[in-house]
Amino acid sequence: MIRIITTYGGLLLTAMGQTLLLALCGLFFACILGLIFGLLSVLKNRVCNIVSIIFVDAIRGVPMIVLAFYIYFGMPALFNGLMGYNAVTLTALQAGTICLSLNCGAYMAEIIRAGIQSVDKGQMEAARSLGLPYWKAMYRVVLPQAIRTMIPSIINQFIITLKDTSILSVIGFPELVNTAKNVVANSFRTFEVWTIVAVMYLIIITVLSRVAKILERRLNRGRE
Amino acid sequence: MAENNVKIHVSHLKKSFGNLEVLKDVSVDVTQGEVVVVLGPSGSGKSTFLRCLNRLETITDGQVIVDGYDITDKKTDINKVRENIGMVFQHFNLFNNLNVMGNMILAPTELKKATKAEATANALKLLKRVGLLDKAEAYPSQLSGGQKQRVAIARALAMNPDILLFDEPTSALDPEMVGEVLQVMKQLASEGMTMVVVTHEIGFAREVASRVIFMEGGYIVEEGTPEEVLDHPKEARTIDFLSKVL
Repeated sequence: MIRIITTYGGLLLTAMGQTLLLALCGLFFACILGLIFGLLSVLKNRVCNIVSIIFVDAIRGVPMIVLAFYIYFGMPALFNGLMGYNAVTLTALQAGTICLSLNCGAYMAEIIRAGIQSVDKGQMEAARSLGLPYWKAMYRVVLPQAIRTMIPSIINQFIITLKDTSILSVIGFPELVNTAKNVVANSFRTFEVWTIVAVMYLIIITVLSRVAKILERRLNRGRE
Repeated sequence: MAENNVKIHVSHLKKSFGNLEVLKDVSVDVTQGEVVVVLGPSGSGKSTFLRCLNRLETITDGQVIVDGYDITDKKTDINKVRENIGMVFQHFNLFNNLNVMGNMILAPTELKKATKAEATANALKLLKRVGLLDKAEAYPSQLSGGQKQRVAIARALAMNPDILLFDEPTSALDPEMVGEVLQVMKQLASEGMTMVVVTHEIGFAREVASRVIFMEGGYIVEEGTPEEVLDHPKEARTIDFLSKVL
């Protein structure tokens, strides 16, 4: 075990860094997508609602591994077929980011929709009755209250997304699981390597969820 | 009735929710400084009627003109009209994410009616008026029902409106807190504020109303001075309703 750590530790740590990079890129765009589609689903406009429903259902209905293959292999193949050889190429990081942000974005949209709908209708009505336009009322009154109820679900979704990066090992992104596979192939120390990988995930996610808990408590302080 | 004195003109207002027709044909004028109290059994459409006056409910048919603006016209900037019509809700609807001062200055500052300093000074004046100067920094969850409703009234006044709509302002209050809210409303009425009040407080209607409207089944059944409607009702349905609530 010690020998594995000293020999491959640096490699695995770098891979962990890649995992975090991918997760951060994915989460960043997922938040944007989630906000857009979450808001579309609460607007009083049928077309917007339907667009949001289609997005969420389509993404939720496809396993992420299929989505990853589709984006990394399928989409470039389609465009190259239409536009000529090598018209579109995606790096594994780009494809992984798109894949994660679509997947996480769909779930975020649902969290944001539920959060907004959990705010009493009267809050929006009171804001509108004072003459505030819809978006100002949403931004200054409804969203701040919605976010407080959304935080636990958002943290949960972040953790799931962080773990989902491991699925993207299938498109060759050098994140933790992919790198670990190579290490196993080199060293034949299956038990040790996967133990190390599991502990690394465990530490990162435990630390992140503790930090999130502290943040959550701080946000709620002085409000009740 | 002099035309320029009419603050709210409602003619043949109809409102349906799906197949359910809640307002069947309502016409009424409210002149400046009038306090109109709307009475009626639950489900009579009185709250819906009130909510049509600032278009919190979309209007199915008919015409509503407020302050000279036709709010049934899609081209009318409803936000501009709403700045001039305050509304007080049954469940207060104070913004829970903001303290009392934040509630008071949000609309005036966001809508560029006042600078933050002006809005704050005005808010303090209004809070003093409703007797809650010491609660400026409190959050809504730290206030009693009566205090919340007085803040809600002050918040509506912060936009300096010509008209105030009250949607059952005392119905969600504990009995001992009803008085303090009615007191503020009486004071406003005596200062000449144009008010439309949906309530079950017959005493308030008798004392403050310049006109009482009795609604049932989506129609105005009877209207007149408090003496006419409350003491000498002509319609059987009004008599029946009053015999149950008095």
